[in-house]
Amino acid sequence: MIFRLGLGIAAGAALVILPFVASSVWQNLLITTFYFAYLGQAWNILGGYAGQLSLGHAAFFAIGAYTSVVLHTHLGLSPWLGMLAGAILAALISQGIGFLGFRFGLRGFYFILLTLAVAEILRLVALHLPILGGYTGLFINFTPNAWQFQFKGKIPYYFVALSFLGLASGVVWLIERSKFGVYLTAIREDEDAAEALGVDTFRYKMLAYAVSAALTALGGTFYAYYQFYLQPNTVLSMHHSVDIMIRPIVGGSGTILGPVLGSFLLELLGEFSRTYFATGAAGLYVVIYGLLLIVVVLFLPRGVYPTLLEWVRRALGRHA
Amino acid sequence: MSLLTVEKVSKAFGGLAAVQEVSFTLAEGELLALIGPNGAGKTTLFHIISGFIKADAGEMRYAGETLAGLRPHDICQRGMVRTFQVTRPFHRLTVMENVLVGALERVAHRRQAVKVAEDVLALTGLAEKADHLGHGLTLPDRKRLELARALATGPRVLLLDEVMAGLNPTETGRLIELIRTIHRRGVTILLIEHVMRAVMALSQRILVLNYGELIAEGSPEAIVRNPKVIEAYLGEGYGGLEEDGAPPRHIGP
Repeated sequence: MIFRLGLGIAAGAALVILPFVASSVWQNLLITTFYFAYLGQAWNILGGYAGQLSLGHAAFFAIGAYTSVVLHTHLGLSPWLGMLAGAILAALISQGIGFLGFRFGLRGFYFILLTLAVAEILRLVALHLPILGGYTGLFINFTPNAWQFQFKGKIPYYFVALSFLGLASGVVWLIERSKFGVYLTAIREDEDAAEALGVDTFRYKMLAYAVSAALTALGGTFYAYYQFYLQPNTVLSMHHSVDIMIRPIVGGSGTILGPVLGSFLLELLGEFSRTYFATGAAGLYVVIYGLLLIVVVLFLPRGVYPTLLEWVRRALGRHA
Repeated sequence: MSLLTVEKVSKAFGGLAAVQEVSFTLAEGELLALIGPNGAGKTTLFHIISGFIKADAGEMRYAGETLAGLRPHDICQRGMVRTFQVTRPFHRLTVMENVLVGALERVAHRRQAVKVAEDVLALTGLAEKADHLGHGLTLPDRKRLELARALATGPRVLLLDEVMAGLNPTETGRLIELIRTIHRRGVTILLIEHVMRAVMALSQRILVLNYGELIAEGSPEAIVRNPKVIEAYLGEGYGGLEEDGAPPRHIGP
């Protein structure tokens, strides 16, 4: 117990000190890691715990990003409030998709295709809406002001991203310990058996979708005010949806540490392969990155975290 | 006073009439067995009663309320719970968590639900395996887990779909005892079963289904002597005295 407390305090202190001693490159790397871990955690609620794979989470991300930016540029509303509006809108839209999908019993591939289609439709809509900037995209003028979610330097963003990750992990922690969490995992494992045991599977899937979509939308606002640029072909692409889901899958979906571990692994791998393989053969780092994903999927099908946990347990000689 | 009334329920899959105008009642506290050859429509009838498939025609009333339009979880919440013939454990959850899903239907707080689950695990003899994952269990344990999960919901009526199938005589004997205990505690039971030893030991009344139709109904003693039942299911020479196993002319796998 004391050991764990000490470990927690040391980790907390390290996280506070880290941005002040890190170079700008490493600051950026850490921010991106936290940010993708956050998005992965949000996706994890629906995809990992409830087992409803969404390949269209870029849609909620973009809804969050565009809502706060439009409210900010046209009405002068602080993004801190605008992101709440975006989260509510994303949750509402998730209920529309969820109703279509879950009410008509779409499972597996068909649900995946539905989520993908919605994101694609939104991408095309965004490309043709002048208020969202169309093909050119939306640029945000930089005016350093914390209330406008715009900061000088990377350190404030580091702490915002870290807090976001803390918030999402806290939500998942609570879910894991509640009836809601037990029901979600039961739905993931066998929906009919869950129904037979009194679980209103439709209701709980809808709820998981709403929470997941709302959190994802908050991440969109963070992105908008970290990058200062939104373009439909980037934020609403399938590639982006994959980016959101790949980290929890690699790290271990349906576990609280999976998205965090997955994000660290992929971010570090991406960085090293870019550093060491970017010159010479162009695109080689993408190949290396892809190879690692294949290795993970082949040899650690449940993800890195559950496998590590099992090794540790076995090393300690305890029954798994 | 009947707790469950099934009236002229029919269901066809394309041209196949799986269940045809089946009517029966289940009284509070009764232990009723439903037997018949494979493909007779027993499991289809269970699917209909538990809300998994919709009947084409007919009416079902449970505790004074119609079951029409209710989904499986609604029916479970009203106290009627089913098990599955092909066991469906939650593979990546522990035995404890599996039972917890059922217990949370009765008590919302996790700590209390864990207590309920512990009691059920002790009763069903799974307490030592509480930490095992669902996918590693042996068949007898999976059967017990099906029963344990259903029991954890605090049912008034249990619909048991072939919980004895694939068990050896010793395990069958233990499970018969367990079901007897559950029944003695006041749970009404409707049992689909091929293992005649279990049917004879447990049931107070038997329904026989053949090609989707109810062909006989009566006490166990009367059923084993009924010529229609012998012809359709039990086979010649069956006196209801065999020690265990499926009846002699068991069709299909």
